[in-house]
Amino acid sequence: MSTNGTGAGTEDKHLWPLWEVFVRSSRGLSHVHAGSLHAPDAEMAVRNARDLYTRRNEGVSLWVVRSDDIIASDPQDKETFFESPKGKDYRHATYYTASEGVAHL
Amino acid sequence: MSTHDLHGSGGPHGSDAVEDEFAGVGDTVASATRVTPGHALRPEDIALSAAPADEDTATYALWLGDDALILAQRLAWWISRAPEMEEDVALGNIALDLLGHARSFLTYAAKFSGKTEDDLAYWREDTEFTNLRITEQPNGDFGATIARQLLFATYQELLYSALTSSTDETMAGIAAKALKEVAYHVDHATQWMLRLGDGTPESHERVQRGLDVMWPYVEEMFADEELTTRLAERGVAVVPSSLREEWLRRVTAVIEESTLSVPTAKAALAHSRAGDHSEHLGYLLAEMQVLARKHPGATW
Repeated sequence: MSTNGTGAGTEDKHLWPLWEVFVRSSRGLSHVHAGSLHAPDAEMAVRNARDLYTRRNEGVSLWVVRSDDIIASDPQDKETFFESPKGKDYRHATYYTASEGVAHL
Repeated sequence: MSTHDLHGSGGPHGSDAVEDEFAGVGDTVASATRVTPGHALRPEDIALSAAPADEDTATYALWLGDDALILAQRLAWWISRAPEMEEDVALGNIALDLLGHARSFLTYAAKFSGKTEDDLAYWREDTEFTNLRITEQPNGDFGATIARQLLFATYQELLYSALTSSTDETMAGIAAKALKEVAYHVDHATQWMLRLGDGTPESHERVQRGLDVMWPYVEEMFADEELTTRLAERGVAVVPSSLREEWLRRVTAVIEESTLSVPTAKAALAHSRAGDHSEHLGYLLAEMQVLARKHPGATW
């Protein structure tokens, strides 16, 4: 039951580390982030996730990931990361009209 | 499946909002944005649709219902008191699972005498309760509660597994629903036994003490009664002693893997099925029953 995290939130060895929970609501759909929880290790994290996030029949599959292991984009980078696609409507399928004579598109 | 038959055998389903809202749709319309409660045997179905039990079967249902009810009440105490909030919810969930099993068994038991689950839960005295002694024992510390969970949930898993082939369709249906839940309770207890037993010297010592404190009450789980023998001949009940060998094999495996020792304490004298209880049950019932008795018929 190693807690090998070194990042924020795990400085106090008496605190259980934080985990992010992803729930697949039914077959064929993606796992979606549902929330977070504390657990001493991975096996307990997936059980706590079951108890916290699937008790109203919300899920058929669970993933848990140590919060420390998630690399997130920096909110400060919003402009450089996310504003370039704006206005580029030709990147959307709806920009294009179907060619004449194409029956199935 | 008997559970399906029970659910589908008609009868008005009253004003249950969940039933009305999702009537006939089940899981077929579940999607990313719509979650349904799903279908399972519910106490309301038993009250409406199940054929009434005979006297022996009703008494047997009462026994199993009392076990689940009293342990549910014990475990509910942990909410807000467990080591972490996540564990509050885990133990609370287990308590609610057990309360669900109790509701089904007590509803079935009550039907025989024209009563309701609430009549049995709230209006009986301590000497009328038939729960096994282990279920009413004080929680002790977290280690003792986990030790009891391992011992009792393993017993329930074996019992319900055998009961799924009961010749009594309702008992088989309740057991089938409960079996999946108690299997999770065994897993929960096993995970904690491993971590506490093989954790720090303090956690090891405390969970061992928990096992030692609960062990005198395990023998009663496997005591055969005239009633169980009679019902087993008809294929309705399980002979308690028939579960003992496999139970001991399973709990021994977990205890030893947790680097703990199987206790050698002698069995406590107890005859809970006849209404003999420890002093702890009266206090538990006082708390559980006070609201219903002070405000008869109260709803919310």
